[in-house]
Amino acid sequence: MTSSIKITADLERVAERVLKLAKTAGLDGAEIDAAANTDALTRFANNTIHQNVAEQTLSISVRAIMDSRTARATTNKTDDESLARVVAAAASLAKNQPRNLDLLPLLGKPKYQKVSRSFSSTAETTPQDRAHAVAKVCKHAAKHKQTAAGIFVSGSSHSILANSKGLFTHYEQTRAEFSITILESDSSGWAKANSPDIHKIDPQALAESASEKSAQSRKPRELAPGHYVTILEPSAVLDLMGSLFFDFSGTAIEDKRSCLTGRMGQKLFGENITVWDDAYHPLQTGYPYDGEGQPREKVLLIDRGIAKNVVYARATAKRAKRKPTGHGFSLPNDFGEAPMNIVFTGGDKSVDEMILTTERGVLVTRLWYIREVDPYKKILTGMTRDGTFLVENGKIAGGVRNFRFNQSVIEMLANVEMLGPAERSAGEEAFEMVVPAMKIRDFHFSEVTKF
Amino acid sequence: MKDFAALALDTAKRRGATYADARVMDIRHRDISTKNGEVGTLSESESLGIGIRVIANGSWGFASTDRLTREAVQACAAEAVAIAKASAIAKTEDIALAPESAYVDVWQNPYLKDPFRIPVERQIDLLLAADKEMRRVKGVTVAEGSMAFRRIDQLFVSSIGSSIHQTKVQSGAGIVALSFSGNELQKRSYPNSFGGQHMLKGYELVESLDLVGNAQRVGEECVALHSAAQCPQGQSTIILESSQLGLQIHESIGHPIELDRVLGMEANFAGMSFLTTEKLRKLKYGSDIVNVVADARLEHGPGLGTFGYDDEGVPAQCTPIITDGLFTGYLTSRETAASVGEKRSGGTVRCESWNRLPMIRMTNISINPGTWKYDDLIADTDDAILMETNRSWSIDDRRYHFQFSTEVGWEIKGGKKGRMIKNPSYSGITTEFWNSCDAICSRDYWTLWGTPNCGKGQPMQTMGTGHGASPARFRNVKIGVAFSK
Repeated sequence: MTSSIKITADLERVAERVLKLAKTAGLDGAEIDAAANTDALTRFANNTIHQNVAEQTLSISVRAIMDSRTARATTNKTDDESLARVVAAAASLAKNQPRNLDLLPLLGKPKYQKVSRSFSSTAETTPQDRAHAVAKVCKHAAKHKQTAAGIFVSGSSHSILANSKGLFTHYEQTRAEFSITILESDSSGWAKANSPDIHKIDPQALAESASEKSAQSRKPRELAPGHYVTILEPSAVLDLMGSLFFDFSGTAIEDKRSCLTGRMGQKLFGENITVWDDAYHPLQTGYPYDGEGQPREKVLLIDRGIAKNVVYARATAKRAKRKPTGHGFSLPNDFGEAPMNIVFTGGDKSVDEMILTTERGVLVTRLWYIREVDPYKKILTGMTRDGTFLVENGKIAGGVRNFRFNQSVIEMLANVEMLGPAERSAGEEAFEMVVPAMKIRDFHFSEVTKF
Repeated sequence: MKDFAALALDTAKRRGATYADARVMDIRHRDISTKNGEVGTLSESESLGIGIRVIANGSWGFASTDRLTREAVQACAAEAVAIAKASAIAKTEDIALAPESAYVDVWQNPYLKDPFRIPVERQIDLLLAADKEMRRVKGVTVAEGSMAFRRIDQLFVSSIGSSIHQTKVQSGAGIVALSFSGNELQKRSYPNSFGGQHMLKGYELVESLDLVGNAQRVGEECVALHSAAQCPQGQSTIILESSQLGLQIHESIGHPIELDRVLGMEANFAGMSFLTTEKLRKLKYGSDIVNVVADARLEHGPGLGTFGYDDEGVPAQCTPIITDGLFTGYLTSRETAASVGEKRSGGTVRCESWNRLPMIRMTNISINPGTWKYDDLIADTDDAILMETNRSWSIDDRRYHFQFSTEVGWEIKGGKKGRMIKNPSYSGITTEFWNSCDAICSRDYWTLWGTPNCGKGQPMQTMGTGHGASPARFRNVKIGVAFSK
């Protein structure tokens, strides 16, 4: 395995070569984003490993700036000819477009808050380590006459962001993820966790949780569609929140495509909803800077129900006469920026307490295929999946067939009766967030499927 | 390319692989977008690397690298074998592949104009001209345009002796108008939503779309939606225009027929399928007029699911999926074909890039044209809603229950197209829906649509699929649920 120090040094050398080539080519400015990733994924189904993959990838992405024009070209080759070609390609694309008089000069040398999200134990995980863990959970499933399917992932990434104005910064992170679905003939259960530190992942505990959900949801009954008191576990909350926070963007407001258009400063959500974007939160991951190298700031997005702030890339901030918050995507792009490190303040109620206080309701483990129906009312549709239960008289009364929902998430966040402690959650429809479980009034399930 | 591919096979075999294949892929992208008179995305990228797939100790292993040196390729092949041996720690039975012949061939899709040789300023000018036409319409708040071009140059070799060099050139383009007014954000796209139309063609596809000529209409329809009537709720006859029917096929036929999904291999992420194997040649999937094929051959058309050979070296084929309403076929691979009694793979295995494992993917899943002229179909319909251009789509993880919304609807009353309807949506159960189809328009109205963004697998792979469809009518469908209270 190539050492982390060597990978970083190799990327630094590539960045320096690209900046020299850009200078020789006579560009007004250049920015380079060089990244090296190593990833491995062991995938299992039917209680056996059916896919086991590893990859090493490199990306050298160059942004050229010429006479108020900018464009990007990317390669994965590092020989001199390829690097010269990628610089020339970016320059050629840039010069053949109209001027953009709003284009800002490159950033200088900002100071960054240090974050530490790289663990050698994660980077050094072997296929054998993953296979042994998978074999154990498959045995657990087989012992309970169940079938397991899932993934065990480990990997690391290194990147350099540099520009011709002196910015030169490095970031590295590791990642580990375990996800499992346990199936029976008419039921299923699911659990997932991820972390930069593989020691924070407990495959056996996740398998046991999924196994229990599958057993508890056997022989699902069909409930009539309607409005239910609904307890959403953190992963279900996460997946619903995914599309909401892309609207907390200065560009989305400017384009009038945000559900916050004309609503900033209004109390849209419940008093118990406070949300930050915080790249430095101990349960968060990711870069301390944005696509241009602007340091990420901690931003209060929702303050006790009030839509308080949105985030700004440098150019959007200038147009809006605000300060950039360090949430811009790599340039050039159409979407400007988005908060990607969502942290809810959460509450103190456990899911068990939520169940105990529910006379009749629905408990949801996971949601699936969530799509936007109305972007301003923020109505989303989707399905429940892998562990949906009827709650009656303070207890889980058994599994129910999966529902389709059509629900405004703005109304949903105004109807939250209880919040759990915010925890790092993983789903399949949104990026990871620090979110709580929620007990919600009047959640709208519009139809039922066949299983 | 050839030397590295041969080295990969040789190393894998020496390390103990009983089967090996390798794909060297050189992929080039160009992406352009405009928004409100300015260039948004403007980027090109290239990616070259090798993916090596092996069977050792009866299990699969896969490794990939973009370091194309002798040492790196040998290390990558050795890693693939080591991973396969680790996989065997949790195996229940040995992998067996359906037999396939060895092929030595070169294949390239035909095209007239290489999109990468068209000056980028000409491409930008076209998008900006369409953008200007859309923004001429009062009430349009955002005008967007996009073009995407791909060239995939790929060598496949396998330990059974195949060596197949394929080159695919793909183009796509589209425009979108958005209008915000009151408490409503409306949208119209052309020629399709989510990036427009995409095909295995050159720049001639973009020129044929007449983006500028359609831009004003797109803007006007978008603004007009604000004052249109809301889609009612209830049961109704609906007519789906062809791009929406293409997506309906994708979600409610294309995915459920993926045999890896049926066999549980996708259970943790993409989900499973209601089409369990005992339903083959027994289930009445649709009405008698519904005939669907999975056709990767060039004679089907230059779709995103068209190729010479799949990524296991199996030649492109046409498989009948629904025949006179009866469910007759799955999408299969060399590993899965035997489980449904097939002696040979249906040739549907593809990968997104050199660093991704090939897996079963839709090819061109198309409904055969019917006999109706479009005007006759409208004239024959007493009371219905015609729905155009997808706006949102969702289906459960076994592909039973779906809900779709479209950008615009039109009331059909007494055989005539009437007023505009906003926020149209419909929902249903897959087999009930397809059995309610009572009219399909003829070949004259049939379009092979491209879906460039189909996601599946872990790690996630995005793949282009093709869907030929002509407008069709469905009876007694639930409408308007998406906006129900």
